[in-house]
Amino acid sequence: MNDIAPAIELKGISKAFGPVQANKDISIRVMPGTIHGIIGENGAGKSTLMSILYGFYKADAGEVFISGVKTEIPDSQAAISAGIGMVFQHFKLVKNFSVLENVVLGAEDGALLKPSLRKARKQLTALSEEYELNVDPDAVIEDIGVGMQQRVEILKALYRQADILILDEPTGVLTPAEADQLFRILGRLKEEGKTIILITHKLREIMDITDTVSVMRRGEMTSTVKTSETNPADLAERMVGRKVLLRVDKVPAQPKDVVLDVRNLNVTDDKGVHRVKDVSFNIRAGEILGIAGVSGNGQSELLEVLGGYEKATGEIYLNGDQLDLTGDKSDGQSRRARGIAHVPEDRQQEGLIMDFAAWENTAFGYHHDPRYQRNRFIMDNAAILKDTQEKMDRFDVRPPNPMLAAKNFSGGNQQKIVVAREIERNPDVLLVGQPTRGVDIGAIEFIHQQIVALRDAGKAILLVSVELEEIMGLSDRIAVMFDGQIMGERMPDETDEKELGLLMAGMTNGEAA
Amino acid sequence: MDFFTFVQLGDASVRMAIPLLLACLAGLFSERAGIFDIGLEGKMLAAAFLAAAVSFTTGSVWVGLLAGIAISVTLSLIHGIASITFRGNQLISGVAINFFAAGLTVVIAQGWFAQGGRTPSLPRDARFGSVDFPGALTRVRDKMQASPGMQFYSEFISGHSILVYLGLLTVPLSWWILYRTRFGLRLRAVGEAPEAVDTAGISVVRLRFSAVIIAGILCGIAGAYLSTAVQAGFTKDMTANRGFIALAALIFAKWRPWYALGACLLFGLFFAIDNRFQNIQLQVIWIMVLLIGVSVLMTSWAARKEKIDLWVLGGLSAVLTLVALLAWRGAVTDEIGAMAALFETVKVPSQLIQSLPYLFVVIVLAGFVGKAIPPRAGGQPYVKER
Repeated sequence: MNDIAPAIELKGISKAFGPVQANKDISIRVMPGTIHGIIGENGAGKSTLMSILYGFYKADAGEVFISGVKTEIPDSQAAISAGIGMVFQHFKLVKNFSVLENVVLGAEDGALLKPSLRKARKQLTALSEEYELNVDPDAVIEDIGVGMQQRVEILKALYRQADILILDEPTGVLTPAEADQLFRILGRLKEEGKTIILITHKLREIMDITDTVSVMRRGEMTSTVKTSETNPADLAERMVGRKVLLRVDKVPAQPKDVVLDVRNLNVTDDKGVHRVKDVSFNIRAGEILGIAGVSGNGQSELLEVLGGYEKATGEIYLNGDQLDLTGDKSDGQSRRARGIAHVPEDRQQEGLIMDFAAWENTAFGYHHDPRYQRNRFIMDNAAILKDTQEKMDRFDVRPPNPMLAAKNFSGGNQQKIVVAREIERNPDVLLVGQPTRGVDIGAIEFIHQQIVALRDAGKAILLVSVELEEIMGLSDRIAVMFDGQIMGERMPDETDEKELGLLMAGMTNGEAA
Repeated sequence: MDFFTFVQLGDASVRMAIPLLLACLAGLFSERAGIFDIGLEGKMLAAAFLAAAVSFTTGSVWVGLLAGIAISVTLSLIHGIASITFRGNQLISGVAINFFAAGLTVVIAQGWFAQGGRTPSLPRDARFGSVDFPGALTRVRDKMQASPGMQFYSEFISGHSILVYLGLLTVPLSWWILYRTRFGLRLRAVGEAPEAVDTAGISVVRLRFSAVIIAGILCGIAGAYLSTAVQAGFTKDMTANRGFIALAALIFAKWRPWYALGACLLFGLFFAIDNRFQNIQLQVIWIMVLLIGVSVLMTSWAARKEKIDLWVLGGLSAVLTLVALLAWRGAVTDEIGAMAALFETVKVPSQLIQSLPYLFVVIVLAGFVGKAIPPRAGGQPYVKER
């Protein structure tokens, strides 16, 4: 192996954004024809490193060698010429262009489009067949699913004759089936002699398809190992820097009285689609009810009704008192006042205002709290600031700076800010939607512990998640939603992923058997 | 109205549409690249002034045209530096250019020619004359007596300024550039997803500057046309908000060149009607039927669509209805009663006709013409993540 030059070699790469050192003296060697994983928590500097390699950012120091030759990469054009292709986490596609136009953009042959498009169509068809990408060149991007959009990004790189393909968190937006298809494609590419760098924070993917793996932590490359010589627990420990519990540790629930009682709930959306159909369930104090289901089967609407920003018909009782489902008293403010706290599914749209500072976000929804008022007209910002600082310390939000805008925190830390805001109010009911979507391992563990702790304090918790593993690990009771209906309830220790999967696909036990 | 009147109206529509069309295409190139350009008005005005001033001074209208284009492109570059290089707010930069041009043209004109903020009247040689096609009649009396085909050829096809033909040619040219060239593909891409352009290894900044420079050239021609072809010299605020009407036409046209031609011809027709029919006589009842009819249509449409625009269109309808009632009230005199007044023939106020294009702008902007999706990255400076 030693006489072959590595496809990529980085030596001493450093990059700082203001006071934040995103990459510190990073060196790495990737051999040709291998799949190399780079794993690390959100904000560990993986994406920055790859953006440097792709010429998106300029490194402060360090050298890049491509196939043994020292290469300067001042911009993306240089990276493309050096045979590097990148599939970003957020696709860089023009949404109202066709697949063909997107592939050709920037790689045209001449000033006129027609010859370029004709040539590209031919090559695209060939590439698409060769790697089983299954992409229609004339489809418009906004009409196709994320899985296919991602394959278009791969095609873009292949069309530019990339030998080295970098994929940044490629499975974050994919369904499990789409992810499997992606991995098959990556396998094909590897067989063809391409070098692949896979950036992810999911351990399973690393174990499944990589040959070697590098671990990054807080801007530093802490270790590089052969995948065959490591295991998930070991990698998790290297990532986080301490031992991590990969499964939730909890004692059996001690359910008491019914706190939240939902009867015959129906929701019809603006377009007249019947989203939630006659849903009834209850949650007791000291119990977590998990709602499983493929996203878009009415779970979001259910959360929105309970959280107070969607209208519905039916009855909801909180500690025996009926809640208003329409009118002035059905808003989020009133719900919070009555002790229903809500960690929304989409923290960036519904949970936080991204341009506002952490301390301002901490007061949202609870801005009427007397502790936050100096007098009737003026808010006590100093008190909010102090409160936020305490919450950030207790929830280990990094960096613990209440003045920082929400968008400048990593996904996990944003979620911690939201969870801290809601849990610290000591609510009777906590609604949680997708609590760990886009959140790194260390933070997942922490957030799960907080939810379980709240349960053990005798609160009722409604957990909605598309991650079956999370539902199975956290819930004391599991309800599965399909097409707006609850298909059935199971106890976690009396069911398995297979049975739940069938229910999620709308099949009851009778049909499955 | 005879056929010749229609031909004349069409002819005038085209002439009025040209400056709108050029400005509209200027906006199209700029906005397709993601740069909002509210400064079309100012650029046209500055170009109108400098084209007239230089034409007068040098005696050559072509030098004047070049000067007009030069000043317009200069203003475009200022807009580009503010909004592309320094990532400033595009609306504010555009508004600044409008104020700048509105004030400075008059001040310089006064300092230069001392004729009350206008340029002297341009002699024949310092203007764009009409291009007469072979065999076309030029005298109005001859045209009126000619056959309809000849009337159409002589009045509508022939006899425009060279800039009119040039302006019409820019439509297919723009379409071809946008949809058939590499530059066009990249231009459309940069207004939709600059990050896609950037990661494809193309300079976002260079593309956007090219776009605003094209916008500058087109606005320059539009301005020069106003002061050296339509009029014979520059007068204060002579663009009369055409830059803003062009923006409305751009929305109406959904950012497409051929649609832009249609939209601008429609606005041109309104202007032509206004110019030609200062004196329309109509029975009061017809005025009322028209105005109230339009009001009812607009309001019921807005109500059915349950749009927020109900307030805009409803308010507009209320105003129109009020105008109709006032017209009626004005016709009632001591001699004839309220009913008889309905059938009185009155002169339609010229102000009402003048307001037609602007009324139409409001209706267009209130979303009456269907959904128009602007370029996605429009108005946002491009910043790499973080």
